[in-house]
Amino acid sequence: MAVPADLRYTREHEWVRVDGPSTGSGQATGTVGITDYAQDQLGDIVFVDVPEAGKKLEQMAVFGEIESVKAVSELYSPVSGEVIESNPALADSPELINDSPYGDGWIVKLRLSDAAEVEGLLTADQYSELIEREGAA
Amino acid sequence: MTDNPAAGTLRRTPLHDEHLRLGGRMVPFAGWEMPVQYSGIIGEHKAVRNAVGMFDVSHMGRFQYYGPDGVELLRRVCTYDVGRLAPGRGHYCAVCRGDGGILDDVYVFSLPAEVEDPVGRRYLLVANASNAERIRDWAAEHKGGLNARFQDRHASTAMIAVQGPGAIDVLADLLGESAVASLKPRRCGLFYWQGEEVFGSRTGYTGEDGMELVIDASMGPVLWRALLEAGVQPCGLGARDTLRLEAALLLYGNDMDETANPFEVGLGWTVTLDDGAPGRAPVRADFVGREALLRARDAAPARTLVCLKAEERGVMRPGHAVLRSGKQVGKVTSGGHSPTLGVSIGMGFVPPEMAEEGTLLTVDVRGKPLPVRVVPRPFYKRPPKDEGNA
Repeated sequence: MAVPADLRYTREHEWVRVDGPSTGSGQATGTVGITDYAQDQLGDIVFVDVPEAGKKLEQMAVFGEIESVKAVSELYSPVSGEVIESNPALADSPELINDSPYGDGWIVKLRLSDAAEVEGLLTADQYSELIEREGAA
Repeated sequence: MTDNPAAGTLRRTPLHDEHLRLGGRMVPFAGWEMPVQYSGIIGEHKAVRNAVGMFDVSHMGRFQYYGPDGVELLRRVCTYDVGRLAPGRGHYCAVCRGDGGILDDVYVFSLPAEVEDPVGRRYLLVANASNAERIRDWAAEHKGGLNARFQDRHASTAMIAVQGPGAIDVLADLLGESAVASLKPRRCGLFYWQGEEVFGSRTGYTGEDGMELVIDASMGPVLWRALLEAGVQPCGLGARDTLRLEAALLLYGNDMDETANPFEVGLGWTVTLDDGAPGRAPVRADFVGREALLRARDAAPARTLVCLKAEERGVMRPGHAVLRSGKQVGKVTSGGHSPTLGVSIGMGFVPPEMAEEGTLLTVDVRGKPLPVRVVPRPFYKRPPKDEGNA
């Protein structure tokens, strides 16, 4: 299961990538998605319910839902911030999350309220350990 | 999000090692450890719709009834009059309580016999895994003074469903061209493969053509591997559920249970109710639930099971409320995403006046309204077979 070293992770299997400051505001922006492990556990994804631009998210609050053939799961925001954009391609091609969970299958881009929150998230090593434990349970 | 089975107490089928070898994702299901998927539910679903797939259905109960009164015992507990089945024929029906509530939906076959068995015809009853023990015990309780014998074939055999437009060609190569080709829908026969007897019926739970095979447990894995080698896609419970839902085939525990009678869920056709016209003896003896089912047939039903298709994106799931004008009028009993139609489909109970095709209703998907329409049953019907392939 791929766990890229440059991302930070939640225990609920989301990742965030800090993309640097957005133009003008000086605030950091980030991209959020679900992990390779999460998409593998969910199976074929058929529908993603995501927030619209402008929506304010609290860290670890539910911001959307993801439906696979098997079941529905909630999406938790790894960080607080305002939604800049939701991935428009997911409406017609939710399977992008299965095919490319860290790339074309990203879910939202955020303007981070507090970049320091990122430091509290799991590192790639810590997340790898977590999924190893879950997989072995 | 994890699917780890609570291993230890779960039963395993004779094909367990095959599932592990193929990377099947094992989950607990009705007391059994079963594969929910191998490569992916949508891919497996499409293999069955477009080519051929196979399912381990060894978890389903398989009971044989025979002896001088074997048939009478089954006539007592089944809604369909099993006495009408000639050898080599099968019928789907229900087993009901005295009040008409459904204990299980089952398939009963009158086994083909080359020579008449001196102890009476042999029947095979196939029950849902979740209800197998209950049906076995229920039949035993209703034996009364009948001279019926019983054999539990659950653990001693494996059962494999081979389904899809390519199923019959694969099976003809394996079991014999003429024997397989001449087997009509819902009929069963005995085949021989590698010196082993194989029971085969032209039945299934996917909406596709195909057969269900029963073979000695020790030979189950050998047959499974032979099918794999012939190019058959292994499919798990996930695809089995999406396929049966598209075909609008009911699932016990979801679309029916003890609180439902066969008429409410569209299974009236499986109930043989010979009233006995004046001056004529009833063709059929009494059976468990007969009085209640006669009343249910003639009464206006309180609810009807309908097919629902989403008009927008969103996925209905079992348990979601069905609303009309903001008020709950029913409940989704089965629901999910249809890989063939690309939208969400489901079944659910609604009041009879809302069961008309085209009726627009709303499903409450965790607080979000999903518009759905009542559509004809089934959602998917397989295209007619081309003549050159018969």
